[in-house]
Amino acid sequence: MRRALGPIAVLLLLAGLDVALPRLINPYLFQIVVLCGINVILAVSLNLVNGFTGQFSIGHAGFMAVGAYGSAMFSLHVGQKWADALAAAHLPGAIATGLPLLAALLLGGLLAAAAGWLVGLPSLRLRGDYLAIVTLGFGEIIRVIITNVNAVGAARGLPGIPGWVDFFWVGLGVVAVIVVAVNLAHSTHGRALFAIRDDEVAAEALGVDTTRYKVLAFVYGAFFAGVAGGLFAHYLSYLNPNSFTFLKSIEVIAMVVLGGLGSISGSVLAAIILTLLPEVLRPVKDYRMVLYSLMLIVLMITRPGGLLGNRELRLPWRKRQTASGTGLA
Amino acid sequence: MTVATRVRLGCAGIVLALLLAGCAGTGKDELVIGEYGSLTGNDATFGQSTKNGVELAYSELQAQKQGRIGGLPVRFVVEDDQGRPEEAATVVQKLINQDRVISVIGEVASSRSLAAAPICQAAGVPMISPSSTNPAVTEKGDYIFRMCFIDPFQGTVMARFAGDSLHLKRVAILKDVKNDYSVGLAQFFTEAFTRTGGQIVEETAYSAGDQDFRSQLTAIKAKNPQAIFVPGYYTEVGLIARQARELGITVPILGGDGWESEQLLNIGGAALNGSYYSNHFAVDNPDPHLQDFLRRYKAKFGKESDAIGGLAYDAASVLFQSLDKLAQQDPDTFKGLASSKAGTSARKAAEKKLRDIIATTTRYPGVTGTITLDEHRNASKPAVVIAIRNGAKHYAATINP
Amino acid sequence: MSTFLQQLVNGITWGSVYALIALGYTMVYGILRLINFAHGDVYMLGAFVGLYTATWLRAGENPSLGHAAVVLLAAMLACGAIGIVIERAAYKPVRHSSRLSALITAIGVSLFLENGGVLLFGPDPRFFPQIVAAKIIPLGGGVTISNQQIIILGVSLALMFALRFIVLHTRVGKAMQAVSYSHTAASLMGISVDRIITFTFMLGSMLAAAAGVLVALQNPKIEPYMGVLPGLKAFVAAVLGGIGNIPGAVIGGLVMGVAEVLVTGYVSPTYRDAIAFVLLIVILLVRPAGILGKSQAEKV
Repeated sequence: MRRALGPIAVLLLLAGLDVALPRLINPYLFQIVVLCGINVILAVSLNLVNGFTGQFSIGHAGFMAVGAYGSAMFSLHVGQKWADALAAAHLPGAIATGLPLLAALLLGGLLAAAAGWLVGLPSLRLRGDYLAIVTLGFGEIIRVIITNVNAVGAARGLPGIPGWVDFFWVGLGVVAVIVVAVNLAHSTHGRALFAIRDDEVAAEALGVDTTRYKVLAFVYGAFFAGVAGGLFAHYLSYLNPNSFTFLKSIEVIAMVVLGGLGSISGSVLAAIILTLLPEVLRPVKDYRMVLYSLMLIVLMITRPGGLLGNRELRLPWRKRQTASGTGLA
Repeated sequence: MTVATRVRLGCAGIVLALLLAGCAGTGKDELVIGEYGSLTGNDATFGQSTKNGVELAYSELQAQKQGRIGGLPVRFVVEDDQGRPEEAATVVQKLINQDRVISVIGEVASSRSLAAAPICQAAGVPMISPSSTNPAVTEKGDYIFRMCFIDPFQGTVMARFAGDSLHLKRVAILKDVKNDYSVGLAQFFTEAFTRTGGQIVEETAYSAGDQDFRSQLTAIKAKNPQAIFVPGYYTEVGLIARQARELGITVPILGGDGWESEQLLNIGGAALNGSYYSNHFAVDNPDPHLQDFLRRYKAKFGKESDAIGGLAYDAASVLFQSLDKLAQQDPDTFKGLASSKAGTSARKAAEKKLRDIIATTTRYPGVTGTITLDEHRNASKPAVVIAIRNGAKHYAATINP
Repeated sequence: MSTFLQQLVNGITWGSVYALIALGYTMVYGILRLINFAHGDVYMLGAFVGLYTATWLRAGENPSLGHAAVVLLAAMLACGAIGIVIERAAYKPVRHSSRLSALITAIGVSLFLENGGVLLFGPDPRFFPQIVAAKIIPLGGGVTISNQQIIILGVSLALMFALRFIVLHTRVGKAMQAVSYSHTAASLMGISVDRIITFTFMLGSMLAAAAGVLVALQNPKIEPYMGVLPGLKAFVAAVLGGIGNIPGAVIGGLVMGVAEVLVTGYVSPTYRDAIAFVLLIVILLVRPAGILGKSQAEKV
């Protein structure tokens, strides 16, 4: 009974915010909040790969694209029919759209996870930068394929995706990815991942199945990137391959590194900061991206370990062990 | 101070800054108009030209009417979308909800207009795209307008010109696969050209940003066409022409309004001689209205205006005229557009009325031709075909809808 | 057949551009293990410096090889200096941080150069004056090559051999080899590691600048974002050939150029950007060290 209290409280809180937020802030700020949420999911999920296992993935936008297009195609061809049928059965709107959306998000996540498994396989043989280039290549290949397939709108983009995503679903995604990441960090799996990051040879010598865990990290990371993509698709109602360029992958990496490799709360914070930063910089117009890049460089020079290093932000009323061992300096 | 505290303080600072920015409304009543475009990024020149065109119209409003319409001062808010569709959606949300604009001008690229249009439609804010030619843009709803013709017409124009005036039968197509505009135009050209009995002997593609087109051109050369249709942006066309000539391809190259830029001839040089493209206006059209615009544009920005700048100028002018009409016909409703009325039902009613007035734009004497909006809110106006001879653009033909 | 030969000529000249950019990547990576994402942007800066020099010389009005050489040299010197500044200001401070933060710094520098370029040069593409009059040289059987293509090929090969000479036969080159094996060991031998790294950056940036001018010679459209994709693909070429390996970078570049052109001409031009990466993944899975990889002892 007590175990169920937490999740129920979280769901109620999300539902409450879902109702309250649109009334409190205007749609522009609301959209920023949603984009913050989506970026948090992306950053935390990439942290599973880059921060936890110390692998080098720079193709996160590719997984996001797989999830976005996969879930969007599902909703356009199947989910919409489900929603209509459920609405016809006099179910309330939130449930009638929520169930097909959940299915679409899970499908998008699973497709991306499958792609993550495929990309993770080369990590059997590749290390470090080579793996990085493979993930980069994967991201580019995905984008080129999308640009060429007419069924998903090719260069014209994919319009008309049902706009089912509201704050509740983004919030749920954020909570899910954080819960999974925190639990992973404290599990044997997590310890194995940290061991691989700190010293792969030593980890292997101690009997850690490094290959399995590395692929596992990829699959987890890709799944949530796919979910983030699905949320993005169903929030914006329009997809275009230009949204999933190498630059998007870079943005997510910047969030992870800025927050601190291996630090979940750091990723959350950095994702929020880096989503807000370009908006705050809007008034300076043409200088915006120059300032953004300069800040990135200066931050890396002054705080190379990221804002939080590999520590976690602790809530003042709750003392907990740090999520990781010594980690990267 | 621990790291955590500092981080918390930093975050609080940013959130505070954002909230303050959100509340920074000005006290006095005014008409706020939004404009968004790609001021940076790969297509930055489109965004810059659009901004210049709008700026020119605005500076004239200031000179002639002290920048006022119906007694209220007009203010523009310009936002950059970096050429990214999701950024376009965000900036339009910002314009509508943060700056409380009464109308939005933008975008050039159809993909960005498509991302922004549903937001304007849902908010009931009229959006005027100066130069998105993809038909789907105005299909997003009755608050979405455009100042240019649409791709099916433009494709027909070039197909008719190639078949009737140039008497061509075998044409090859080289399109930009990354560009929705180019893909659409290639398709409409193919449909119209094959209908008139022509034949597409080879259809191949490139991606915007490519520098080397020799292998596509070599493949095209092997098919021996009478002309090559390149419905891309001017940025690549000049290089394509040069490389075609280097490979010994001498046939004319045909294109669409994406060619329109003062840079076209700089990059393509003599290689473009004998080529044709369809456009919104011809700079050597003696129409005094157009020549006057071109002179003023050059005086203000120090460079030749392209059609994008002209269309943006027309978009802003049509909007000013519609606002003016509303202020005269129905001063009470017009007051709803004042910035202090944002979010009220008076604003909603005024927006509705403004939409109706824009929709009835007929025979407006724009610099890019006489503009009449049809029932699908597209400008129906003739296209001109420009011939390039001896390194200069010359008016070749007008083709009516 | 003539079509195929023409495609081969196209591929080799285009590939030599990749090779030239890849050389800089491979050197920096060999010494620092850093993917210098800003390398493609230095290539862009090279083209712009060339543009301004050519305009200043009025080289467009009376094209000559002498002018072209001056423009090339000016771009290489200016970008060599820029390379030194970038290394000292941005990369040196993060040299001892994690690899990822160094990578982010490189990405930051890349974004800075691109967006700064937009501010400085304007977003419009610029036209590079014709500093060498174009001549078409028929090779027989309908196959043609332009004198500009020959210049690209010739200068690329000359620079490659010059680089090879520096690395193999000069003191500083030997020091570079030593540093690439081990920073610590090299510094114990009395080599100033900092200096060697800066020197490497300078050399790499000069090569990128040369590539920028050479490409602009033939494809005279230059703009601030022109370095992004060629930079990325040149890096792929460097990996393909075996990163850290000078002849490998050249072979990788040529293989990429030819593969891209053949895919464009015979499969589908729309998959051109993908083929580079498909090729890369296949090579890495079959032969992770790249084509020449570790089979050669020389490593920079």
